[in-house]
Amino acid sequence: MNLLGKLSWDAIPHDPIVLVTLAIVAIGGAALFVFMTLAKKWGWLWREWLTSVDHKRLGIMYIILALVMLVRGFADAIMMRTQLAVATNGSEGYLPPDHYDQIFTAHGVIMIIFMAMPFMIGLMNIIVPLQIGARDVAFPFLNNLSFWLAVSGALLVNISLGLGEFAMTGWVAYPPLSGLEFSPGTGVDYYIWALQISGIGTTLTGVNFLVTVLKMRAPGMKLMDMPIFTWTCTWANVLIVASFPILTAALAMLTLDRYLDFHFFTNDLGGNSMMYINLFWAWGHPEVYILVLPAFGMFSEIVSTFSGKRLFGHKSMIYASGAISILGFIVWLHHFFTMGASANVNAFFGIMTMIIAIPTGVKLFNWLFTMYKGRIRMTVPMYWVMGFMITFSIGGMTGVLLAIPGADYVLHNSLFLIAHFHNTIIGGAVFGYLAGFAFWFPKAMGFHLDPKLGKVSFWCWFIGFFLAFMPLYVLGFLGMTRRLNHTDNADWNIWLYIAAVGAFVIAIGIGAFVLQLFLGFKNKDKNLDKTGDPWNGHTLEWSLASPPQFYNFAKIPHVEDLDAFTDMKEKGTAYTRHASYEPIHMPSNTNAGPIMGLLATAMGFALIWHIWWLAGASFIGLIVAFICRAYASNTDYYVQPDEVARIENEHLDNVAKG
Amino acid sequence: MSQHDHDAHSHGSVSSYVVGFVLSVILTVIPFWAVMTSAYDRATLFAIIVVTAVVQIVVHLKYFLHLNFSKEGKIDTLSFIFTAIIIVMVVALSVWIIYESVLMMMY
Repeated sequence: MNLLGKLSWDAIPHDPIVLVTLAIVAIGGAALFVFMTLAKKWGWLWREWLTSVDHKRLGIMYIILALVMLVRGFADAIMMRTQLAVATNGSEGYLPPDHYDQIFTAHGVIMIIFMAMPFMIGLMNIIVPLQIGARDVAFPFLNNLSFWLAVSGALLVNISLGLGEFAMTGWVAYPPLSGLEFSPGTGVDYYIWALQISGIGTTLTGVNFLVTVLKMRAPGMKLMDMPIFTWTCTWANVLIVASFPILTAALAMLTLDRYLDFHFFTNDLGGNSMMYINLFWAWGHPEVYILVLPAFGMFSEIVSTFSGKRLFGHKSMIYASGAISILGFIVWLHHFFTMGASANVNAFFGIMTMIIAIPTGVKLFNWLFTMYKGRIRMTVPMYWVMGFMITFSIGGMTGVLLAIPGADYVLHNSLFLIAHFHNTIIGGAVFGYLAGFAFWFPKAMGFHLDPKLGKVSFWCWFIGFFLAFMPLYVLGFLGMTRRLNHTDNADWNIWLYIAAVGAFVIAIGIGAFVLQLFLGFKNKDKNLDKTGDPWNGHTLEWSLASPPQFYNFAKIPHVEDLDAFTDMKEKGTAYTRHASYEPIHMPSNTNAGPIMGLLATAMGFALIWHIWWLAGASFIGLIVAFICRAYASNTDYYVQPDEVARIENEHLDNVAKG
Repeated sequence: MSQHDHDAHSHGSVSSYVVGFVLSVILTVIPFWAVMTSAYDRATLFAIIVVTAVVQIVVHLKYFLHLNFSKEGKIDTLSFIFTAIIIVMVVALSVWIIYESVLMMMY
């Protein structure tokens, strides 16, 4: 029995590309460490941020995680596009197949689970409690723990770069390829534990936010009066709570197959790999709606604010989201039409898939009618909304095309499919998050970003997207399948070159975005948002300072209208100066979250490398840490009225100055 | 947080938990016993296992999760109905999918 399990010096990869990457990461990490130590910021970081239970700070940390992982996932993307542009006419390119396979798997896993999910959950964290007039979420410690479990999963994916390998199975990890027989290495184990740990965090987030919106709405706000972004997030949370357990169970069974010689999904001894594929997509399809519904909510808020009008069809928007949520649960077979089901099964799932286009169309018309005769201000968030409407419509139509089983048989596993889902996920979800980011950035951080660079970033993303993915539709029709390492077909070359150019245009867009952030922080003092309401907003988050007071609302507002803050401004009740305040009950920061996240990482790492003593010890540590936290008595405190009065008066003075 | 409203629905009493526990034990023992006596054919066995499992779900909902269809518990009822619909859809459609795919393999 080896104390280090399967871990040995051989685990460090010898690929020069990986070694250079590791060196850059090490130098960057060391520079960050030196900077933090010289600036004596470690204590501050730990006390104010890492242990924070404040939903706004957790939201910001989620978004930082998402942006870091966006860069990592995009690096994978640009490597794949350059490989395919170089490896034409039979040449092999610079990425050998076993490395290339890890890259496309990591790209998918990172972009869905560790970029899109944290981005969405981050924005939800910052905004949802503010929109319903609450002081925090229902379970603040659990919120912190969810974040650290997400970080834990992201850490495992990144550790796989330097120790061992990542899965070479594609992001779906279908058995039998992901079984022990065909993937004996540690790659699939990294995949399993990264998804499992972060997935549990996501489930906890879903529960947390459902309880928050059900129990902690401001007085006067009925369920149907919740702002639309809160509503779409609520639908997404319903989907999280209903679908993530399926992923947990499917991965648990794959784990049993790989670790304990079970045979759920093997081809022999009674297993059936289609069971995994079925379960994976029973989670996977709702998952794409989890990503896109909150983005729809962001577009709704932005369109309404910058058209200067109330959202057209608030109720129909809620019901359309509900219809999408429920229909999203009965379409998953369209991901594996080619399994070869009977005509009835294919017809049922094909028709259900097409029906989803109807509630989505309702939403699109609602946005158009909101803009109709509105006084539209073309701000950066509005650019993203316009870009989304065009891009997502094309993606939706190619989706309806793929919903026809006969067409799917031709196009399945071709680049047409790749073009389609990037069309909807980038054009829908990512454009939405970037719109939401631009919209709520002044609220969360207290200062504005340069709109010029924001527009440069938008145009590069938008044009780059079309250059990178429209050629893939053509390549799909020309018969090019996905996950090819190199090609030898003269007809394909030109399209592969154009797609690579598109990826570099998007890279410029990301560069402009990073530059925008850098200059924003540098010139922060010149661009402060002092009023807290830079866009003439409609909902309660804009009634607070930017960044919001740490207790959010000094007095819980009484809500009398759908657009609660517009209503207050019209009635003149916004910005009331109160003579006295009550003490505010607040949760204290806790180190239990980061400690448990670290233990979960250790446990995942130990399980991947079969270091059983460490796995057992860190699992027991997790339980003990949780019990200690459960019995901790010093978990809350009161903010005194004089401090509340000081903070409120400072904000109201700023508002009065304009 | 201070604004949690403590809502009215009950968390059960010791006796209701004991009743629930005893019923669950009985409903677990029956299928075990049925399998171990090997006195029944496969179809009857499946029927016994499924029926006792479904009854056990109802027992859990009533005694442990306090689902009571009262007016105060409206949100519980709604979320239960939603969950039930999703589970029935996912399970029934999965069974249909896999059953048909196995049939296709036999052609």
